[in-house]
Amino acid sequence: MNTENEANDGGYVRPELVCPAGTPAGLRTAVDAGADAVYCGFRNATNARNFPGLNFSVNELTDAIAYAHERNAKVLLAVNTFPPAGRFELWREAIDTAARLGVDAVIVADMGVADYAAQTHPQLRLHLSVQAGASSPEAIRFYCKEFGIKRVVLPRMLTVEEIAGIHGQIDCEVEAFIFGNIGMMAEGRCSLTNYATGISTNMDGVCSPAESVRYEEDAERNLNIKLDRFTIDRFAPGEKAGYPTICKGRYLCGVREQQGYYAFEEPVSLNLSALLPKLMRAGVTAFKIEGRQRSRAYVKAAVSAFRKAVDDILDGRDPGLTSLLALTEGSKETEGAFRSKLWR
Amino acid sequence: MAVSRTDPGWPLPQGLQDLPRWLIAPVPLFLLQPILTRIATHVAQSHPGLFERLEAHTHTRFLIDPVDLPFVLLLRPDANRPHLKAYRRHERVRHDACIAGTFFDLLDMIEGNADGDALFFTRDLRVTGNTQAVVTLRNALDDLEGNLVETILGGLGPLQGPASLALSAMRTIRGSRRHEY
Repeated sequence: MNTENEANDGGYVRPELVCPAGTPAGLRTAVDAGADAVYCGFRNATNARNFPGLNFSVNELTDAIAYAHERNAKVLLAVNTFPPAGRFELWREAIDTAARLGVDAVIVADMGVADYAAQTHPQLRLHLSVQAGASSPEAIRFYCKEFGIKRVVLPRMLTVEEIAGIHGQIDCEVEAFIFGNIGMMAEGRCSLTNYATGISTNMDGVCSPAESVRYEEDAERNLNIKLDRFTIDRFAPGEKAGYPTICKGRYLCGVREQQGYYAFEEPVSLNLSALLPKLMRAGVTAFKIEGRQRSRAYVKAAVSAFRKAVDDILDGRDPGLTSLLALTEGSKETEGAFRSKLWR
Repeated sequence: MAVSRTDPGWPLPQGLQDLPRWLIAPVPLFLLQPILTRIATHVAQSHPGLFERLEAHTHTRFLIDPVDLPFVLLLRPDANRPHLKAYRRHERVRHDACIAGTFFDLLDMIEGNADGDALFFTRDLRVTGNTQAVVTLRNALDDLEGNLVETILGGLGPLQGPASLALSAMRTIRGSRRHEY
């Protein structure tokens, strides 16, 4: 593996580039584009991208691990949803299979799942999912102490300075999102989809389930986006669109009654290209690209761009920052809370 | 960054954007139909994994609408009896889900050169009807490495050579930088 944590001449620790794969083809694309590690999930509710037509069978994951390992890349398995009462068997099976297949780490969120993995497969490396929402040194240390967590994926609600502060107070590695979808800053706790559709993002693994989404064009060619019985946005002809999620919806509310207002968050994607050196200095040793639901074209473009940027920084060059605006939601990007708590 | 349809950097001269329509418009559908049937059968045999991912939608009727062509396609991805049929635009074709975009955008998606979400964000891709079916189809297609377009062309039998040449020529005229992320 090529992610040894030794500082280079510039004082930077080489970060691991952790990339998304929704399909076996996506995984191979990510590895070939320069991913140090690829994260993926099984084709069921045990992972937070349980979308139709996506994810891996056991046989596919077996082949994918072989492909990645032959090329010195790691495979991280996301088992990062919360088992509802009486349904733990599916999560237990996922952990057992992950251990048997030799994944490089399992990304967990639920304490019960973490405990089962730690007790049953002590050799299995565990990462704490962003879905766990662990945002304080105390919380992270608890997970490390109780379950042997080796890396925490931080929620997208912290500034770079706060990340540096946390890094100094914990004993595990720090992973941070650097690109992709950015939603409500309450990861692992959002129940908006559940409220509208009865399906739980955190327990069923799907936000805005496709079976509840409808796109309808009206006579004026406005695009109406509906989630179950709720209209959550309306885009004028030619207006850039976003994902059909409640947190990115536009609503009539309060003093802004005359026009729809993005009450929670706008359709926008995270892009921390310009903050990479600061993040590395803050102690982030793994950069995560979001987007297991996206295409091979997205994976190839995003991974290649960040591979080059990271390598440029490590080699002491100005990072060549390829524009990824065309891949972003609503054709807009933000540095979100990483730059400032007041980004809206 | 991708060049959008309205971007001045779009390399295809106005008028030539209709090239696929010009080339295909004179073809009577009754001549096209045996070719489409052959393509569907050939793809089903060559890519069983695609139909496995689409298993839940074996009987779903997908309307594929290349907006710059004079016809639409109805696909029913039954691995045993795949159905692909062309209809003229004025015909009201019953369907469960529809995906619409330019011929080349759809082709680029199939080939893994364009991102469906990005095309949706820029409104170059339109989706109506059963969203779950469309998402499943999109994800299943994206798992296909190798060249599905070549597989499709392979299903044309003796027409493979001329069709490959025509597609290649259209791509040359259109330019190769439509989706440069």
